[in-house]
Amino acid sequence: MINWVANPARFTRLSARAMPWCGWGAAAVTAAGLYWSLVLAPPDYQQGDTVRIMFIHVPAAWMALTVYLFLAVASAVALVWRHPLAEIAARAAAPIGAAFTLICLATGSLWGRPMWGAWWVWDARLTSVLVLFFLYLGYITLVNAFDDPARGGKTGSLLALVGVVNLPIIKFSVDWWNTLHQPASVMRIGGPRIDIAMLVPLVIMAVGFLLLFLTLLMLRMRTILNERKAMALRLNAEAPGPRSVQERAMVVHPGAG
Amino acid sequence: MSGIAGFFAMGGYAEFVWPAYGVALVVLAGLTAHSWRRYRQSVLAVERLQRTRPSR
Amino acid sequence: MAAFVGLFRRDLRLAFRQGGDSGLVLGFFVLAVVLFPLGVGPEPAVLQRIGPGIVWVAALFAALLSLDRLFEADYQDGGLDLLELSSLPLELAVLAKCAAHWVATGLPLALISPLLAFLLGLDRAAILILCASLLLGTPALSLIGSVAAALVLGARRQGVVLSILVLPLDIPPLVFGAGAVEASVAGMGARAYLLILAALSLAALALCPWASAAALRQALE
Repeated sequence: MINWVANPARFTRLSARAMPWCGWGAAAVTAAGLYWSLVLAPPDYQQGDTVRIMFIHVPAAWMALTVYLFLAVASAVALVWRHPLAEIAARAAAPIGAAFTLICLATGSLWGRPMWGAWWVWDARLTSVLVLFFLYLGYITLVNAFDDPARGGKTGSLLALVGVVNLPIIKFSVDWWNTLHQPASVMRIGGPRIDIAMLVPLVIMAVGFLLLFLTLLMLRMRTILNERKAMALRLNAEAPGPRSVQERAMVVHPGAG
Repeated sequence: MSGIAGFFAMGGYAEFVWPAYGVALVVLAGLTAHSWRRYRQSVLAVERLQRTRPSR
Repeated sequence: MAAFVGLFRRDLRLAFRQGGDSGLVLGFFVLAVVLFPLGVGPEPAVLQRIGPGIVWVAALFAALLSLDRLFEADYQDGGLDLLELSSLPLELAVLAKCAAHWVATGLPLALISPLLAFLLGLDRAAILILCASLLLGTPALSLIGSVAAALVLGARRQGVVLSILVLPLDIPPLVFGAGAVEASVAGMGARAYLLILAALSLAALALCPWASAAALRQALE
């Protein structure tokens, strides 16, 4: 219980200082990334200007996976060590991950149409990313489906851990199966296999997205903490009477202490 | 095509490239706006409750 | 061991009593499959093409229908608490319940599928592969479903949340099950798909009882 009081307060102080930096940093880096992606980067030899979609699609995909990993780790910490902030971090991260997954799917579809001739194909990579999207939605639905938020948090944590098996499938699906989606060009053993002129905007956009994730994460965590504080204050207000532990002790055991 | 017109034409792929950037912008801006609005509401709620019942 | 068999037989009896669970699931399965020719038209080529997928999707929905009865009744009347306290490990109890669930729903679905596949105009080889794929894949559906059913105990609007959780997790068996039949029709041989289906069921057998038991313990806290 003492732990609960100390940690959220520290988080609130730290995030109050970190948020503006992350927020403005995200805006600046993403703006630079957009300029590089749309203007400076050259059109691809084979894919023409559609390669610019890659500068959104790939960083979004990286974030979709990273945020789920964050969600799973936070859920594990919440279940095993019962750290109160961990469950809040997981709840806060889920919608952000879902958003990035949606962007990944939509931009991928828009990239696939001119390149493969199809808006959608049911190959291993696309299907497992779609499953990831549903996992995010399922997590969000589940944690909000219980009247008791603690139960919702614990159940959601379990679901997040069950869904973790999907991550290696997504990452390696393009290697294990003969898929239409191209294999890894950046995150592979042996180093990136992509031209430096393309790599730079890709990395800038990835950093921008990461900073955006951190900003929104802190924002949403602070929101949840506020909402729980408001709930506690409201419950206190509806039950007038001795509030402090000492006062309650005096009423229950008159003459003691 | 060159210049501004060329930029918007995206080598003939404009109908794919611009919607892709548009989707990303709309989704992320929407998420940010929603998160910010919920945050402001939570701050106001706590302030209002603390004004009527000062916490210890 | 006796406790395991006892639980298995009890759940099985409950499922079959007065046609209860089993009949409802079978009836829904047949109805759903029969509706498709009425909806998409009776053209044989079309039905043959989409037949395996129809049967598999219908099997998915039918399995989903019976899932909330897996733990809910026992949760409500305290039977789950007794199970948790008994000498039988909760993981084995889950396994016994899943086994009973499969015998009462998945197995009949797989056994009646040849008839439905015949009605949809599939040839003999395809019918065999479809039946085999259902036999191999429906255990995974029961096991994965048990995890979701355990997670939603005590939730509001259980049915909706259960569907959102189960259907994405059921996609791998669906893809490989329907894919097996399509591969055999295309002449490429279904062996790889069927092996993967078997692997999915075995993996589910190993992992799901643990996950379900953990979820049940959370619900009973």
